[in-house]
Amino acid sequence: MTESIVVENVSKQFTLRYHRTIKQMSVAAARGHKLSETFLALDDVSFRVEQGESIGLMGLNGSGKSTLLKLINGIMTPDSGKVLTRGRIAGLIATGAGFHRQLTGRENIFLNAAVLGMSEAETRRKFDDIVEFAEVGKRLDSPVGQYSSGEFARLGFAVAIHVDSDIFLADEVLAVGDKPFKQKCMQRMQEVRKSGRTLFYVSHAAASVQKMCDRVLVLEKGKLGFDGDVKAGIRYLHYDEPGETAEEHADAELGADV
Amino acid sequence: MAETANRVVEAPLVPPSGNSGLLEVFRRRYLLKLLVRRELSARYQGSFLGIFWSYIQPAVRLGMYYVVFAVIMGGRTENHAIHIFAGLVIVHYFTETFGAGTRSIMANKGLIKKMAVPREMFPVASMLVSAYHVVPGMLLLTGFCVALGWSPDLVGVGAALLGFAIVAVLGTALALVFSAANVYFRDFGNIVQTLTQIVTFSVPMIYPYSMVADRFGAAAPYYLLNPVAEAVLLFQRGFWTGTTNDPAATEKTDLPDHLFLIGFAHLGAALVVLVLAQMLFWKLEKKIPERL
Ligand SMILES: Nc1ncnc2c1ncn2[C@@H]1O[C@H](COP(=O)(O)OP(=O)(O)O)[C@@H](O)[C@H]1O
Ligand SMILES: [Mg+2]
Repeated sequence: MTESIVVENVSKQFTLRYHRTIKQMSVAAARGHKLSETFLALDDVSFRVEQGESIGLMGLNGSGKSTLLKLINGIMTPDSGKVLTRGRIAGLIATGAGFHRQLTGRENIFLNAAVLGMSEAETRRKFDDIVEFAEVGKRLDSPVGQYSSGEFARLGFAVAIHVDSDIFLADEVLAVGDKPFKQKCMQRMQEVRKSGRTLFYVSHAAASVQKMCDRVLVLEKGKLGFDGDVKAGIRYLHYDEPGETAEEHADAELGADV
Repeated sequence: MAETANRVVEAPLVPPSGNSGLLEVFRRRYLLKLLVRRELSARYQGSFLGIFWSYIQPAVRLGMYYVVFAVIMGGRTENHAIHIFAGLVIVHYFTETFGAGTRSIMANKGLIKKMAVPREMFPVASMLVSAYHVVPGMLLLTGFCVALGWSPDLVGVGAALLGFAIVAVLGTALALVFSAANVYFRDFGNIVQTLTQIVTFSVPMIYPYSMVADRFGAAAPYYLLNPVAEAVLLFQRGFWTGTTNDPAATEKTDLPDHLFLIGFAHLGAALVVLVLAQMLFWKLEKKIPERL
């Protein structure tokens, strides 16, 4: 087996900047306030992922899941430790693709695909499939700024899933989108998984993680609190506790990622 | 459990944020092309005249400068309008590259925050968009020159190309550094505007170089330390001197000695500055996605 993702003693620190102008800064300094404050969004996180593994990344809001995916994706670099990956990476981070609101759906498909490393020929070949999956219909040639959030999300997912990547990252992709679309996405991600691509799936929905993943990581305030079996991971999070209403059950099934 | 295919990935285990800078931009020319096209279409989006604006704007600018500095204040040289316009075309290329380049990263923050992309792409794309907008000005300029009985000479073409290259390299270097710095403090956008105004008056465009040599005397060579001034002079050699009655005499009085030597020195210096700018960019860009 080959390693697909290696994360070693990774920490990422963010600065909370209170004062940005010279006036605000001098006032704060005069009053003896702190000029800035830092905190660790990721704190000494280490794990290894084999090619073809399907990982469910869970944790409360603000626990550092999106930050971790940004480091794996290469958007950000860690302050200390190292991140290594093998092969091409595609996916959606922190809901919604990097679309340009003034550009049409068609233009955005080409631009997004190019950023993800697809050639012009490859994009043309897959274009019809992408459009069909996104179900944006006639709106393909209007600016994506005018899309509904569902259409926006569908188009983003459609492009990312059609990249022939070795690693697929899905960060709360199902947070927006209706039930049929969620089902379609789940099905596609199962295909991704079966094709031996590494899958990194962020979700709060225990049932969908259970269906999709063979290992769970749990982040707690930037620290890796749990790494192991799916069932044990969900138990660790107390997401399986009784008292759920029927509605919550339905959510758990399809992933109400909010 | 689902039976999964065994996918063999040949690629090596590497940090996902590749960092070959401008080389990476060159390697991903297709993406660069799309970004340039995006900026071009964004610039004229929703406008009826569209690309014609890139003809109207330089023509109006020229008309304004001509009326004020040649008609009202009196022409300082033969064919003063061409003298102004040749300078204007290249100065405008510089200020556009610098200004749009500085804004480029902020303007693409939606993409930069969400996807892994070499950030150098954006200032470089701005430089190319600005170069594209030089074309209408060049066509107008060439048209005026031809109307005055000018025909291009090889040395002149070389001079114009050298001037263009100096501005392209230097503009890219400045756009790189300022686009990154602008993410940290928006003040850099204002600094650029101020510098842009200074540049317009620090080059021999509305006044001829002979006046500089005249007034500054022994200090005149220092004036030529300004790469944009040198680029303007190279453009004057490319277009304006050929339109005068006695080009050889004009070159003697209105161009410095060793025009080409100074030009190549500037190009060399600009390339060094570009390398330094890339190194500074690497330092600054690390925190760009989180600061956007
Ligand atoms: N660019 C940033 N600057 C400062 N703080 C940030 C930035 N991005 C995220 N954070 C903070 O880091 C923490 C982790 O964020 P995130 O990784 O998005 O969490 P999650 O995806 O698990 O909800 C949060 O407290 C968030 O406010
Ligand atoms: Mg998140």
